[in-house]
Amino acid sequence: MNEEELRAIKVDKSVDARGTSCPGPLLAAKKAIGQIEKGQVMEVLSADEGTKKDIPKWCTKKGFEYLGTIEESGFFKILLRK
Amino acid sequence: MEPDIEQKIKEMQSQISELQSRVTDIEDTHKDQLAMIVMSGDMDKILATMVVAVGAAAMDTEVKLFFTFWSIAALRDPKKKVSGKSFMAKMFGMMLPKGRNHLKLSKMNMGGYGPKIIRKLMKKQKVFSLDEFFQQAADLDIEIVICEMSMDLMGIKKEEIIDYPNLSYGGVATFLADANESRIQLFI
Repeated sequence: MNEEELRAIKVDKSVDARGTSCPGPLLAAKKAIGQIEKGQVMEVLSADEGTKKDIPKWCTKKGFEYLGTIEESGFFKILLRK
Repeated sequence: MEPDIEQKIKEMQSQISELQSRVTDIEDTHKDQLAMIVMSGDMDKILATMVVAVGAAAMDTEVKLFFTFWSIAALRDPKKKVSGKSFMAKMFGMMLPKGRNHLKLSKMNMGGYGPKIIRKLMKKQKVFSLDEFFQQAADLDIEIVICEMSMDLMGIKKEEIIDYPNLSYGGVATFLADANESRIQLFI
């Protein structure tokens, strides 16, 4: 998926984890994932570079679909479908 | 021709059921669980322990931490006072760090200046403090088992251990049993 397509996705839940470093964003994602239904999309906002690799690994383990990462200035958005 | 095929199907069926029972055996003996021996009481190593433990718990892996030897000092509560210690236990108690916020760095300790710098950097980089890590660990139901034998050796009493919801005392067999059923075992 390219950036345009990623930006067009309707996000059902946004988690702002920019206030924490590894493993904070992962923990924030874990805590929030219970609040959405299967098939819904969640985005995780993080400024911690490690999160870019961590969230896809977590998705693989949990059976979620990792959609992609959008770069913003000073942080990024990681999108996944439950 | 026909009986031949029937025979083959039968063979395959028995092979499948054997494989099924083998897979169940593997799944039963190895849980999605992390068992970790925490021996070092250095600040950096306790920090690494908590990063791995909380990270694993965030990935829904069950976590069991077995604290032994030097690491037990990290579980002391500086606010708790204990009486009735022997002379040696008192000496040890004085020399061991009084809890997780008084730990030394394994390198570049610089008389206690190193940990101060690290704590400052951690705050700046928004890394959880050890206090926050232990709070998260408690919320995630991470289990802590303290080695009873090393407690005695170090002269540390149960009365001076931190308040933590899922904390108990045990021996080496407790760790071995936990490690035996865990997919991941680590020593730090």
